[in-house]
Amino acid sequence: MRSIVLAAALLAFWLILSGHYTSFLLAMGVLSVILVVLAANRMHIIDDEGEPVELLAAAPSYWLWLYIEIAKSAWSVTKLVLDPRLPISPTFTKIRASQKTAAGKATYANSITLTPGTITTGVEGDVFTVHAIVKEGADDLEAGGMDKRVSQFEGTA
Amino acid sequence: MEMIADAVSWVFIVLGCFFILVGTIGLLRMPDVYTRMHSASIIDTLGATLLIIGFIIQAGFTLVSLKLWFVLALFFFFGPVASHALAQAALYAGIDPVLSEDRRNRELPAAGDNSESSSADKSEAPNS
Repeated sequence: MRSIVLAAALLAFWLILSGHYTSFLLAMGVLSVILVVLAANRMHIIDDEGEPVELLAAAPSYWLWLYIEIAKSAWSVTKLVLDPRLPISPTFTKIRASQKTAAGKATYANSITLTPGTITTGVEGDVFTVHAIVKEGADDLEAGGMDKRVSQFEGTA
Repeated sequence: MEMIADAVSWVFIVLGCFFILVGTIGLLRMPDVYTRMHSASIIDTLGATLLIIGFIIQAGFTLVSLKLWFVLALFFFFGPVASHALAQAALYAGIDPVLSEDRRNRELPAAGDNSESSSADKSEAPNS
């Protein structure tokens, strides 16, 4: 099942990047896809961690929510940069992630890093080390609003 | 129609350039590597998105615009991985962050299922 999804995704990727639809190049594409899927199968990397297809259905609404968060915090960092006093208060903190799967934790850690103003600098089990450019950014993460949203996204799988 | 698409795409491109400029100014103004990364992340999220959306409108419904979507997705999946690697490398290299507050040793609230509260005192101190 996962192999079929992977094959379809790879084939679509080939078709979009190639742009030349002659029978020879298409045959080469199909051959490459088959080889890659076979190799991935042999390496046992087609699992819920390497290819979390279960999350695909819930992904668009999560991405939209995340993008709004990114835009909001990008704007607040923009105001920081343009402020003549440069009112930053860099803070290192630790937070606990409540996600159960590796894909969920990776989503949370990457979402923190994607949001301007906060960067995940370390992951140890379910404890993340986070650097925030202002104290309020660390406070927000400690409050756990984003953690809940990612867990909800993970829970739909 | 052409005119409207042109105008809309230029609005996006100019806005994207504005945020890239802001990110660059921040890169120069911030005091250390960690705070500079925050400023750089404006560039590869908001700046890149607005710029690429502008390009997509210019390209119309073609293969080029699909490829541009791929470039955008690439930024969003590989960007945080690279940022994470850079921050961790800086920590391991022993670069002390400029901090106004260090809460790395704070007591973590107990987890829902596996309460591993002992892990709260082993922090990743960069200058150990």
